[in-house]
Amino acid sequence: MAAVQETVDRVKSVDVDAYKYGFISDIESEKAPKGLNEDIVRFISAKKNEPEWLTQWRLEAYRLWLTMPEPDWARVDYPKINYQDLYYYSAPKSTPGPKNLDEVDPELLRVYEKLGIPLREQEILAGVQERRVAVDAVFDSVSVATTFKAELAKAGVIFCPISEAVHTHPELVKKYLGSVVPTSDNYYATLNSAVFSDGSFVYIPPGVRCPMELSTYFRINEQNTGQFERTLIIADKGSYVSYLEGCTAPKRDENQLHAAVVELITHDDAEIKYSTVQNWYPGDADGKGGIYNFVTKRGDCRGARSKISWTQVETGSAITWKYPSCILRGDESRGEFYSIAISNGRQQVDSGTKMIHLGKNTTSRIISKGISAGHSNNTYRGQVLAQKRATNARNFTNCDSLLIGETCGAHTIPYIEAKNASAVFEHEATTSKISEDQLFYCMQRGLSAEEATALIVNGFVRDVLQQLPMEFAVEAQKLISISLEGSVG
Amino acid sequence: MIEIRNLHAEIDGKKIINGLSLKVNDGEVAAIMGPNGSGKSTLSYVISGREGYDVTGGEILLNGENILEMNAAERAAKGVFLAFQYPLEIPGVTTMTFLKACLNAQRKSRGEAELSTPDFMKRVKAGAEKLGVPQDMLRRALNVGFSGGEKKRMEVLQMSLLEPTFAILDETDSGLDIDALRIVSEGVNALRDPKRSFLVITHYQRLLDYIVPDTVHVMSKGQIVKTGAKELALELEANGYRDYVGEAA
Repeated sequence: MAAVQETVDRVKSVDVDAYKYGFISDIESEKAPKGLNEDIVRFISAKKNEPEWLTQWRLEAYRLWLTMPEPDWARVDYPKINYQDLYYYSAPKSTPGPKNLDEVDPELLRVYEKLGIPLREQEILAGVQERRVAVDAVFDSVSVATTFKAELAKAGVIFCPISEAVHTHPELVKKYLGSVVPTSDNYYATLNSAVFSDGSFVYIPPGVRCPMELSTYFRINEQNTGQFERTLIIADKGSYVSYLEGCTAPKRDENQLHAAVVELITHDDAEIKYSTVQNWYPGDADGKGGIYNFVTKRGDCRGARSKISWTQVETGSAITWKYPSCILRGDESRGEFYSIAISNGRQQVDSGTKMIHLGKNTTSRIISKGISAGHSNNTYRGQVLAQKRATNARNFTNCDSLLIGETCGAHTIPYIEAKNASAVFEHEATTSKISEDQLFYCMQRGLSAEEATALIVNGFVRDVLQQLPMEFAVEAQKLISISLEGSVG
Repeated sequence: MIEIRNLHAEIDGKKIINGLSLKVNDGEVAAIMGPNGSGKSTLSYVISGREGYDVTGGEILLNGENILEMNAAERAAKGVFLAFQYPLEIPGVTTMTFLKACLNAQRKSRGEAELSTPDFMKRVKAGAEKLGVPQDMLRRALNVGFSGGEKKRMEVLQMSLLEPTFAILDETDSGLDIDALRIVSEGVNALRDPKRSFLVITHYQRLLDYIVPDTVHVMSKGQIVKTGAKELALELEANGYRDYVGEAA
């Protein structure tokens, strides 16, 4: 496999540490003392001036967490995490809460500029920046700015940090928080419930089509800090929202834990489209450093004819352990999962989705494209389940793996269970390598090895790229070629 | 013009091309015929620069330039085109996207400006019409689900767009019915040009009824053992290769 060997060699010589978001920003932060105990939990709650019910909620979660064993069933390998050796709260000193952009530490703003994230509404409205996307910027675990709030408020849309929503819309938070991912759900969700710091809260009122896309950019900066964001999105009857999540982190030698929880709820005829372009630091060529991305994401299609779709491009993080899922509760509800997961270097991915069919005539669609390169391992783990009363459940699953080079692995672990005889579940899976013949065919037509590989990979992931909102699709394409710049050449 | 001088090439230590010399002049259509195992396909791979083949001696001069030091993409930009016997499928990549990427990559390599999308589409549509390639085929993934004839026609369409200096047709007639054969041959003939040369690799005389060669070479055991005019092909058709096999030094 000479041509592939050449590209594999090229990987070794290229600086795999060319993660361009790896810069460290020198921003003064305020931290809780290291370690985790009830005092720290109360400290976090007090910092946010939370009502007593929420403090208790956290404490109950913390006490439950102490009794839970850490799970280890995923197909990933990592040194044991010392939970007492982490900071559970860190916030940039200058921001006690999201404010006017003029009041935000300019250093912070520069971080987002460097990341190419538009925060200046004026510039956006004046056409200097093209995308009209409302942004909630979360730096370490704290929201530092949220744009377009006024305009969204006119439409009745609530888009603010969850720490703010707890005060301004407590009835909504109380009603929905933990209703999709209960505190007892799993080890990391329980931990998150105890120590979550911030994240986005979205509420779309009945009949409203959110006038612009909403997005949150998570930036981890502080060392040795766990990141526990909590996002809650509610789409009331007949509403629609498209939400984008972007993530980057600096290069550090130590691993950083990211254990977020995302809960989505759709009522009758509502739709939430949730897209993620995840570019956490993947660790260096030897697997040192990098983010542990242990995230619980779940959508509850409570209403009839409601729809939730997850679209993600995952290229970063040292270890990825996540299964964005849909509970298809409402009759005729629909869940979709579109994913491109790329692993290179020494990354490990155990990821996939769960589609739980409960209501009648529910449908789900799963398109998963895994690309493995370097010494990485990429596992798709998916569950499609129709419970007893789920008449006429329909699922289509297509999971394809592409292997680049000789030292990587791709694995598929599907769980398919139909407890109702009328279910129709289709599952297609392929595993392939980029063939020498294909590469030669492209090169004979004038494409270099890199261009040929990029073309073939783009063709491989096309079905999923088409699902992404346009700007994300362009960013994702660039990200794919950068993260393969080394594995594939 | 292409000139191959005393070429020696092997794969995995096995000698396949053993001192082959061949010249194809500008405007000339040369046919290569020979029994299985004579090294015809290997020759086409070595000329086009496929990895895995070790050239242990000799030169290949394209318009006076030795292309052996260049990789496949570089040779393509210099004007080498290989019409594959079994064209590859590229799932998810539309024919249009593929053609544009290739054409612009070659133009960039030669320091030419890239074609704008409207100009490019005009050219492709015109070329497709001439070859009877339906427009919707251009929007489908390259070669995926195409019949043998459609794949071969696609090869000729690519050739017409890339405008090579030297085109090798590797058993272009294999898998074609009579109608497809005629269409493909008409396409190739339409590309004949005083500045372009063709090397047609084939087993059967039939293709050469449609693409009439100026010269016919017989290849055996990695060498050219006989060169003649187009009548040589008719002779081979009648008598087989037995008079020429075993003549290799």
